[in-house]
Amino acid sequence: MSVAPLVRRLRFLVLLLGLLLPTAALADLAEDLQGLRESSYDAKGEAVERILAGGDERAVPVLEAFLDGRLFLTDAEDRMVIGEDSPGGYLIFDAMTGEALGEVGKRDVSKIKINNRLRQLVKGSLGALTLGSNNPATRIRAADAVFRSTQTEMIPALEAAIAKEQDAAVEARLRRALAATRLAESDDKTTRIAALQELGSFTDPEVRALAAGILVTDSDGNPTEPDPEVRAAAEAALKAIEEGLAFNGFLANIFQGVSLGSVLLLAAIGLAITFGVMGVINMAHGEMVMLGAYTTFVVQEIFRSTMPGAFDYSLLVAVPAAFVVTGAIGIGIERGIIRFLYGRPLETLLATWGLSLILQQVVRSLFGPTNREVGNPAWMSGAWEVAGGLTLTYNRIWIIVFALLVFTTLMLLIRRSSYGLQMRAVTQNRPMASSMGIRTGWVDAMTFGLGSGIAGMAGVALSQIDNVSPNLGQGYIIDSFMVVVFGGVGNLWGTLVGALSLGLVNKFLEPYAGAVLAKIFILVAIILFIQKRPRGIFAQRGRAVES
Amino acid sequence: MLLSRDSGRLLSPLGAKITLAVLLGVAVLVPLSNLALPAGSTFHIPTYLVSLLGKYLCFALLALSVDLIWGFCGILSLGHGAFFALGGYAMGMYLMRQIGERGVYGNPDLPDFMVFLNWKELPWYWYGFDSFPFALLMVVLVPGALALVFGWFAFRSRVTGVYLSIITQAMTFALLLAFFRNDMGFGGNNGLTDFKDLLGLDLQAGTTRAGLFAATALVLALAYLLCRWIICSKVGRVLIAIRDAESRTRFLGYRVEVYKLFVFTVSAMLAGVAGALYVPQVGIINPSEFSPANSIEIVIWVAVGGRGYLHGAILGAVLVNYAKTYLTGAAPDIWLFFLGGLFIAVTVLLPKGIVGSLDQGLGRLPWGARWRRSAKAEEGAAGVRGVAGE
Repeated sequence: MSVAPLVRRLRFLVLLLGLLLPTAALADLAEDLQGLRESSYDAKGEAVERILAGGDERAVPVLEAFLDGRLFLTDAEDRMVIGEDSPGGYLIFDAMTGEALGEVGKRDVSKIKINNRLRQLVKGSLGALTLGSNNPATRIRAADAVFRSTQTEMIPALEAAIAKEQDAAVEARLRRALAATRLAESDDKTTRIAALQELGSFTDPEVRALAAGILVTDSDGNPTEPDPEVRAAAEAALKAIEEGLAFNGFLANIFQGVSLGSVLLLAAIGLAITFGVMGVINMAHGEMVMLGAYTTFVVQEIFRSTMPGAFDYSLLVAVPAAFVVTGAIGIGIERGIIRFLYGRPLETLLATWGLSLILQQVVRSLFGPTNREVGNPAWMSGAWEVAGGLTLTYNRIWIIVFALLVFTTLMLLIRRSSYGLQMRAVTQNRPMASSMGIRTGWVDAMTFGLGSGIAGMAGVALSQIDNVSPNLGQGYIIDSFMVVVFGGVGNLWGTLVGALSLGLVNKFLEPYAGAVLAKIFILVAIILFIQKRPRGIFAQRGRAVES
Repeated sequence: MLLSRDSGRLLSPLGAKITLAVLLGVAVLVPLSNLALPAGSTFHIPTYLVSLLGKYLCFALLALSVDLIWGFCGILSLGHGAFFALGGYAMGMYLMRQIGERGVYGNPDLPDFMVFLNWKELPWYWYGFDSFPFALLMVVLVPGALALVFGWFAFRSRVTGVYLSIITQAMTFALLLAFFRNDMGFGGNNGLTDFKDLLGLDLQAGTTRAGLFAATALVLALAYLLCRWIICSKVGRVLIAIRDAESRTRFLGYRVEVYKLFVFTVSAMLAGVAGALYVPQVGIINPSEFSPANSIEIVIWVAVGGRGYLHGAILGAVLVNYAKTYLTGAAPDIWLFFLGGLFIAVTVLLPKGIVGSLDQGLGRLPWGARWRRSAKAEEGAAGVRGVAGE
């Protein structure tokens, strides 16, 4: 269990207490809470019900602690406390006032016991206590708790909450909880049918389970639900929900596919540039990605040690840092090795492969063979829940945005700058470009640096979703080749289309074939595809092609 | 016939004579010293060393198969490890069937891993592997068929150069993923292992090991002769023409794709045989043999020894693998630096490899006139690139 929410809750409690609440109310609650000390579970149940009837929101942390088995009595003072795991035992806080009472050993406190029936009761009642909260997130949690526990006594509370609810999202959750409770607890046919109709409008796997529960048949094949009209309503609701879920699943697949595609785009685009301009396959490209990820790690370490408060901005520094580091290494490789191998693409391939082995081993020696921890900044963690069964994680969304940003910038650079013009000239006809006074050697070095720099930036993005280990690059290199081969050389649009289509096809095949078979299928499909179009979808035309 | 011409030159270069002599020599001497000499003797070769040398020779055969296509036809395959592994799996399947009831589960019909996966009967593609001749046939036919189909697709649509290298890599990667799957029926992740005997001979016995070594050396010698024969024939000349100027050869009226397909398939079969000899000597075959990194390593053996000489590939494979054995034992961290550095150094500084550089160096010396003539003669027969332009 994480400690942070508890601390927040306790702080909340202290805050409330600081508001000089009438001591009488406090005393009532305190008295009700004492009922939890009773040894019989029935007596405890009565106490819980009294607490409920009191409707005091301050009971929430205590009940939650009770539910989690963290509510204790101290042996020394017989005081009711909430405990929090700590190395020496428990950090304890007074259950009523939230006052910190220091640390005690595990043997110095005894747990207030709970059984399953009480657990059910507390779970449902927690909902009632928090339905009136000012915080919409708390109200949603409360509504969901009621939705799962479905207790008849909650119906009036829900109705009251719906009537005064302003927030549409919360209201939907409340209505869902109300409908589920009515469906489960009511005996009235029309109420249940209305509830099912209401539930049919929620696209949610849990609601589907409810509707499907109505249609369950017993071992003899007879429906457990006697009423055919209710069954029909349940079928209609189930159908509506499943259609909605299928559509959301489709959208989720598209999102996953685009997300994978943007990762592939980031990894492959640098490769496409170097291959397009210089005709060499850089096998060490994956290692540039890996170095970018490790640059992120180093940048984050520096942030952690010097200015932990600004950690959220570490990635903004890591992106240019990775670009500069890997770009410089790329230029070094071009000047140091590849320059001597022009016109021998296969030898270049071998030399860069050797380089990739060396780079991997260097990183392994420096940082160790295990995964390094790269943190997500706050603005990249969490997820955006669009609808039931459709959750988009923020880090994936940011990576898509980042990939498109890189793509557009690169496109502008190649289309609009004089460097881009020279680069295109060298791609199309090297000897002619050279005769026109373009320093092809310089263009090569810059292009290689650019390609490697982009790989480094891809590494920053990948460090957010993948393990940062010396083998990081190996996992992407073959996929990047496939994108380049599929998309065609010398045309960035080809790389974009190639990356996105590979990502989408992969994600749409996965549910049917499994991840491994989907990948095999794609590899085979590309091997076959290359027979039809040996130069990719966007094949380059011109004299330079037949080399 | 096309293949029978010029066969008189089969052994004309000095390197070929030396290679054959050495191979036949070790085929006799190594098993002899292992079996006949007492363990204390200076010249005694312990059994583990015999197996290690046998492994090197399997790699040499694999390197030979790569040199045949890369050195003489300009096809750089980065997926030759796949053919090697397929040959190895075919042999492994035979060895698995030989285990019979002696497995951990004692099931007479099913190999251990199938019992473990709760399979009820043998998959159809395992039928026939009880028979040694059938397994031998598969060792050659399975890699050959894959190469034939793959090559037919690739060469027909004129996929060349780097593109071909990449799709061969994709091929072996796809096979790697496929063989990792348990449902494929080849033991998944763990591969095939726990072999007991081959043709009724105990695989752990020193005599069997020595016999396997001798067989490997002989097969390597035969394969070397076969490659020489192909290269010296008229077909070989066309292959070299394709390597040096593919379009021109096509315009001269040769069906380039047929020649390429022929040599690619032969090479894949040789790789399969290498795999089949490898498996009984190391006692295991698993999907990691399919990994693209392994396939690229083969290419560096050829590059170190000297591309386009055949015996260069053999020399390179033995040297690099000896270095690997030595370094991974003595200083494991250094090995990848060494291998990586080798890739770079050989391509940048020693593009002709050891044999090529020796050949050229000897030609330059005043007393090397005779060597030079023989080099030229070889070039006439085999068209070794670079020697003429010294």
